[in-house]
Amino acid sequence: MTAPSTSRPSQNAAINPLVKIQDVHKFYGDHHVLQGIDLTVNPGEVSVIIGPSGSGKSTLLRCINLLETISAGRIYVHDELIGYREHGDRLHDLNDKQIAAQRREIGMVFQRFNLFPHKTALQNVIEAPTQVKKQSKAAAKVRALELLEMVGLSDRANYYPSQLSGGQQQRVAIARALAMEPELMLFDEPTSALDPELVGDVLQVMKDLAKSGMTMIVVTHEIGFAREVGDTLTFMDAGVVVESGNPREIIANPQHARTKEFLSRVL
Amino acid sequence: MSSFFRRQPALGKDAGLDLIDAVPVRHPWRWVGAAVIVLILALAIQSMTTNPKFYWGTFRTYLFDVLVIQGVGWTLILTVSSMVIAIVLAILLAFMRQSDNPLFRYVSWVWVWFFRGTPVYTQLLFWGSIGALYPKIVVGVPFGPELFSWDTATVINATVAAIVGLGLNESAYLAEIFRAGLKSVDNGQMEAAEALGMRKAKIMWRIILPQAMRVIIPPTGNETIGMLKTTSLVLAVPFTLDLTFVTNALASRTFLPIPLLMVAAFWYLLITSILMVGQYYIERHFGKGVDNVMKAPVKATAAVAAAHGRPPAPPTAENIARPHDENTEGGTS
Repeated sequence: MTAPSTSRPSQNAAINPLVKIQDVHKFYGDHHVLQGIDLTVNPGEVSVIIGPSGSGKSTLLRCINLLETISAGRIYVHDELIGYREHGDRLHDLNDKQIAAQRREIGMVFQRFNLFPHKTALQNVIEAPTQVKKQSKAAAKVRALELLEMVGLSDRANYYPSQLSGGQQQRVAIARALAMEPELMLFDEPTSALDPELVGDVLQVMKDLAKSGMTMIVVTHEIGFAREVGDTLTFMDAGVVVESGNPREIIANPQHARTKEFLSRVL
Repeated sequence: MSSFFRRQPALGKDAGLDLIDAVPVRHPWRWVGAAVIVLILALAIQSMTTNPKFYWGTFRTYLFDVLVIQGVGWTLILTVSSMVIAIVLAILLAFMRQSDNPLFRYVSWVWVWFFRGTPVYTQLLFWGSIGALYPKIVVGVPFGPELFSWDTATVINATVAAIVGLGLNESAYLAEIFRAGLKSVDNGQMEAAEALGMRKAKIMWRIILPQAMRVIIPPTGNETIGMLKTTSLVLAVPFTLDLTFVTNALASRTFLPIPLLMVAAFWYLLITSILMVGQYYIERHFGKGVDNVMKAPVKATAAVAAAHGRPPAPPTAENIARPHDENTEGGTS
């Protein structure tokens, strides 16, 4: 990786986008899930993607860290092509090791948390730093406790996921992703599996993270979050970007009928 | 669970509640059933103790006979070593079966197909007669000079043949058990670990396998206990020191098969019981975080506050007992 992973470029210094998604297509068999998506995310920006289920928004997110492969187009993170190596006029698949290296720079938070159930909250957070980055256990623990403190769960460090509420599990999952010091955080409907009264805590952690300058791509149904924290809002439907721009303007005054209809149903 | 419910009344009385103390449903037929079982048991014991043809004296004489104890030892050695070989191979075969590498997948499939598809008795016969098939094991360049050579009979003696024969056969069955275990782990676990930048082999070993073990242990315990008895087939090699062979030999020498069958049965039952205890602890270890954690128990103060209709204090380290405090909590509240 050529990119500096520790320095966080401030928002106004953003000249070179961190994420460039160019004309991305994706097929599942005959199903054309993504039909030419373009999206740019600058460093420090919070990019929110909304849309009805089946619109391809989660698929797009999963393409960015190679949980899905794309059928056409290009995705760049920090000017590095994701998933392939360009050589001559052909693309070559990256091997297991190179893919793992690219994913290291990108944190991901899942709808269903996916904490490791056989490990405590603390063990979940230190797993990747100790196993992938080869940090010492002691150093990783210090950092993990800071992160758990940040998400308000330092008193739950020794709890197993099954002893935590959904909201607490999701906050541990955020801490786990942050432990790898990623440049970019992907959130795949992070509050959709939560009881309504637990959503607020998770959103608060995400707001704090946005304020700290983290670059985030958030797929969500939380329109309030998009309005309050989002720098850009993208509305997707049936595999295309219908509308994209300033979240407050789009929510207040959607230009397309489909956006209007969707917003009227979720607001 | 039951102790949890029994603790409730103490809390409830503190809160001044009129707790329900209902008369439980009576089960008279359970008592009848128990009486019948006790009667059958008594009859069985009576018949076994009074029937002289059991030759309990002979049973006692041979129970701790040196040959028998050595037989127990050899049976244990065969069981443990062949299961160790089988487990190591099974993990490898199950990982190979899930690999992206088609070569690994085919090799694993063919292995399971072959070793599961031929009788273990035949395989033991084969390993026993491999010395006749290949009198010498030679390491060298194909069609070129030979570098080292050994007598097959000294390398693959009866013990090695028995252990290898049992282990390879068992690995095929265990591979399928391990494969089922790996498949039982939610796909989200793989994705979460991948998203953290972990490599496939590490994910399998540290994330997927430990969770799969919960599913793998019970049938593997079953296979181990099965193997304990399957070791009696090693006479096909021929291997003649295991418990069944020794007790059979003693039976033909004394012309008293029944007491020596009882001796063998006693030892098999004892070893099985010990294995079951071991399995209990292994299951408990791999159930960590899933099977044997209680929801962090709420301390009395919070429960009483709730019973009085006051909103409970926000959960903090003080009113939620930590998992490792469970024992001390039970005593005081």
